[in-house]
Amino acid sequence: MAERRGALASAASDARVLFGAAVLLALIVAAAAAPLLAPHDPLEQDLLASFLPPAFQAGADPLFPLGTDSLGRDLLSRLIYGARVALTVALVAASLAALLGTALGLIAGYFGGWVDAIISRLVDVWMAFPPVLLSIVLVAIIGAGLNSVIIAIVIIDWTRFCRVVRAEVLVQREQDYVASAVTIGLGRWRILWHEILPNLMPLLLVLITLEMGIAIIVEAILSFVGLSVSSDQATWGGLIQEGRLYIHQAWWIMALPMACIIVSVLGLNALGDGLRRTLDPVMRR
Amino acid sequence: MSAVYLLKRLLLAIPTLFGVLVVVFVLLRVVPGDPITMMVGLTASEEDIARLRELYGFDKPIFTQFLIYLGDVLQGDFGVSITRKQEVLGLILGRLPVTLELSLVAMAIALFGGVTLGVLAVYRPGRGGELLADGFSGLGLAIPDFLWALMFILLFGVLIPLLPISGQIDPRLGFDAVSGFYLFESLLTGDFAAFRSVLSHMVLPAVALTIPLAAIIARVLKSSLQEVLTQDYILLARARGFSRLRIVLREALQNALIPTVTLSGVQFTFLVGGTVLIERIFSYPGLGNMAIEAVINRDLPLIQGIVLTFAVMFIALNLIIDSTYALLNPRVRHG
Repeated sequence: MAERRGALASAASDARVLFGAAVLLALIVAAAAAPLLAPHDPLEQDLLASFLPPAFQAGADPLFPLGTDSLGRDLLSRLIYGARVALTVALVAASLAALLGTALGLIAGYFGGWVDAIISRLVDVWMAFPPVLLSIVLVAIIGAGLNSVIIAIVIIDWTRFCRVVRAEVLVQREQDYVASAVTIGLGRWRILWHEILPNLMPLLLVLITLEMGIAIIVEAILSFVGLSVSSDQATWGGLIQEGRLYIHQAWWIMALPMACIIVSVLGLNALGDGLRRTLDPVMRR
Repeated sequence: MSAVYLLKRLLLAIPTLFGVLVVVFVLLRVVPGDPITMMVGLTASEEDIARLRELYGFDKPIFTQFLIYLGDVLQGDFGVSITRKQEVLGLILGRLPVTLELSLVAMAIALFGGVTLGVLAVYRPGRGGELLADGFSGLGLAIPDFLWALMFILLFGVLIPLLPISGQIDPRLGFDAVSGFYLFESLLTGDFAAFRSVLSHMVLPAVALTIPLAAIIARVLKSSLQEVLTQDYILLARARGFSRLRIVLREALQNALIPTVTLSGVQFTFLVGGTVLIERIFSYPGLGNMAIEAVINRDLPLIQGIVLTFAVMFIALNLIIDSTYALLNPRVRHG
């Protein structure tokens, strides 16, 4: 226990972890308090005030600190509400993909034999598809929308968890503590659940953090292609798609949501990377 | 390389390929709503739908449908595109060279850039070269090709309009590559105006695709070079008075390349998969761009054909990477 607290303390003092945690916190605050933080209704149109530049450009309107889009909707408010979609997708899709991938990885790694053969073949087949194309096709089939985006990410990215967890279980299975658990007569599921799984937690935490970054990108990609939530709901990818059309008139419409995505992804990556270094005893040494 | 090893790898690809065919088939059939309604939309009459169902064999049992599909694909019959009224295989073969050329150019840049950065990082540890390599791989691994492409569009479309951000070649040149490989064909036929135009259109999409792969190559090569450089034979070379550059390039690089190739393997396939979106962003007329159009138009046979083509490319690429690994590493070769 003391050792675990030590690991957490050193994680908290890592610069990468701090940066990542700050970004994640900012995302959570923006998503949770969007109605309080946003100066305008993200859907409110003002056609007389379209393409207003952000405050740092000439001709800006102080009512719209980051400018407006083609329909005169406030960009700052749309970005803040976009954080809601991004964070929802990141949290839900990453957890569900982790759940599915970990379950299959645990079973494949611990039981071996034909179960392992089937699951591993399935992973091979899955890895043979380009993820972006597969997600686009999946969402086109299920129908556009937030739920479909989440389902598509889970269906595609469970393999990331499955492969790593399976490999780790193969290592853990040979450890002495598992052998002693077998000796005292614990059942196989009990060993898997109570003995092996807790040891995988640091690894899973790292993978989930990284997967959250991936999920944010996939949501943006699907919004960009026009397959995520309906076009009037504010998403970062949707804003990028709109900004791409008006790039010569108003470059900031595309640049601002890109900046949001890049900072979020860099933050989540830094968090995952920092956690990996501080939680993994091998790398800590 | 041992023929047995290659054969074993080839045989392992068969069940994967079969699985891919099953997934491609099931993907577009066991979904809510039926593929015909997905194709024709809600406005079609009952009779039209029934006629199409029969035409595409959807009235038969699902297992029979799969056998028919399997037989057709094995004979090279991918069906007819609904929106374009042409053979799917022909459409795919027309676009495939464009995507292959783009991917190959991007891979070449990534290998060259990644290896240069990896060598730079260990050549003089702690200096600017190492910082550059570390910074580049950190950013390159965190930010995906999609965002690099958009950043290039902002940078070169708005701030410094030096390079074209859309299309494959200036249409005013009237150049048409018979082979589909625009860059190579314009070079070989000596049409330098066309070559320059194709090259300038290719730079941004290729570099966007390159960055994540170059980043992982640089990172993996750096750490494996560092490991190789601590070994005895390097010490010996140093004792014989060889220069650091010669030691890194001639003694260490070959051994460090082995783990680099395998560990970057997945990223090679990601590069090819990345063309789907990158081609869309730069309106580059390759297979990926056609894939997204097919999805938007709900052109079922075309979607199936393209997904299958990409999957076959992925499997082939993995085979090539495995063989390269075996070729470079004698222990696998004889194992």
